[in-house]
Amino acid sequence: MANMIATRDAYGEALKELGSINEDIVVLDADLSSSTKTSVFKKAFPDRFFNVGIAEQNLIGTAAGLATCGKIPFASTFAVFATGRAYEIIRNSVAYPKLNVKIAATHAGLTVGEDGATHQALEDISLMRSLPNMVVLCPADAVETKKCIFKAVEYKGPVYIRLGRSKVPVIFDEGYEFEIGKGVQLKEGKDVTIIATGVMVSKALEASDELAKENISARVINMSTIKPIDKDIIIKAAKETKGIITVEEHNIIGGLGSAVAEVLAENYPAPMIRIGTMDTFGESGDANQLLDKYGLNVANIVSKVKEILNR
Amino acid sequence: MGKYKELENIARKLRIDIINMLKESKSGHPGGSLSACDILTALYFKEMNVDSSNPNWPDRDRFVLSKGHAAPVLYAVLAEKGYFPKEELMKLRKIDSMLQGHPDMKGTPGVDMTTGSLGQGLAAANGMALAAKIDNKSYRVYALVGDGEAQEGMIWEAAMFAAHYQLDNLTVFLDHNGLQIDGFNKDVMDIEPIDEKFRAFGWHVINIDGHSIEEIINAIEEAKNTKGKPTMIIARTVKGKGVSFMENKADWHGKAPSEEEAVKALDELGGGING
Repeated sequence: MANMIATRDAYGEALKELGSINEDIVVLDADLSSSTKTSVFKKAFPDRFFNVGIAEQNLIGTAAGLATCGKIPFASTFAVFATGRAYEIIRNSVAYPKLNVKIAATHAGLTVGEDGATHQALEDISLMRSLPNMVVLCPADAVETKKCIFKAVEYKGPVYIRLGRSKVPVIFDEGYEFEIGKGVQLKEGKDVTIIATGVMVSKALEASDELAKENISARVINMSTIKPIDKDIIIKAAKETKGIITVEEHNIIGGLGSAVAEVLAENYPAPMIRIGTMDTFGESGDANQLLDKYGLNVANIVSKVKEILNR
Repeated sequence: MGKYKELENIARKLRIDIINMLKESKSGHPGGSLSACDILTALYFKEMNVDSSNPNWPDRDRFVLSKGHAAPVLYAVLAEKGYFPKEELMKLRKIDSMLQGHPDMKGTPGVDMTTGSLGQGLAAANGMALAAKIDNKSYRVYALVGDGEAQEGMIWEAAMFAAHYQLDNLTVFLDHNGLQIDGFNKDVMDIEPIDEKFRAFGWHVINIDGHSIEEIINAIEEAKNTKGKPTMIIARTVKGKGVSFMENKADWHGKAPSEEEAVKALDELGGGING
């Protein structure tokens, strides 16, 4: 059994490490520091942590002002508030002037669990992806999260980092190299390609193992950068396998599935099925039970792979 | 004209530039640009420590035009200060111009923050003031907020923040001309008592005549001497100030003058066409 760590925990640790390396890093939170794990940074660097209170618009606006003065602000709250409540502030005060603000939002997707639909962001990738100048990252595990956070600091400009609440299996070792804009092939496969992001990557790997038992060879690609999307790896997969399945803990509209479909439609049309929430809100429940109920599980990936191969 | 004759003359020249710019662009916001001329004059030509040859100088004082639609007055100031040639003013709002309809920090030298969507500038100014505190720097941050803009919820989020973090290096002007697009503030959505509201939010509040250079300068000094809290200067102003037929008329919020109207306005301002 793999080690289980939530990406938000890895985020807190990464911030703490970065805090001692880079004096310009400041962290802002909107009264959720114990949940987003910015509290780890707060404890280590109280002079560079600022709680804005329950005021997400101000969270982003203040971060923008700090960025104009050379600071590297990380602004954190739940994904639904960060990208929804503060959307237009992100658009006009961060993305348009291309300010160096990092929006690290936790509690994305159904795996928020018991808090239910109001708190489960299923459209945040879509909102952030359509903003010019915005980089969108969605790491798969704790190791990749840490690498993402470090790379986000190296990159000068706005970055949205999508993180989760629930513990997920650690799938990478420390030697893993993450690069913004590069998808990573985790498993070779000739029959079909599964492109997954975030917490669904470990499920895609499991599905590939299941399929192997039935002599179906499924390539697995981790698409942790949703924008800029890695076109080459998608087109190559379309050419070399018989179809593509995308898997994301997000609405099938506007997220990874859409990004992949756009690349395929314009470059190399190929059979494709998007797995995600089917244009619906979530609900309360245990995180894993929710993933099962909404088809974000190994069984559904296996089933969709077979469906595409039988077309 | 008295003690501040020179500054008053600069403000008059800015008003002339604004009319000329808007006549040329055939769109834009004269009312709120004219009401803010004296405030920006006092800031940029008396108070602020800035260097037009080094617009991004890290230790400069900052100015955030939170009511971004008053961009023409900011552009007129920046051109007068030498950030870019005055000819650029005649390209306002035209394609490929460095002067966008609302301020764009990436395109225009001297613009410290991209603004235009109301309510956002004050939070950005907070961030700048906070950065100065973190770095123990002595630069000050100024912002201009519209009175109608005070209806935005985000202004009050930011107002709380500035007081909570004791941003005494932040001085904000409220351009209180009493008018917004749909009419008088009091009819659209009353903001009064605006001074008491900011006081209750923990700010030092000063009420002044926003067209008296002397009162503006004195208020800025008072703000600099106020420790432990941000200062809000409620500047009573006249929308369209300086052009009789534009004064106190909501109609002139976002409408450019015609050729004839511009001639009349420039005549009143002692400018002459393109003068």
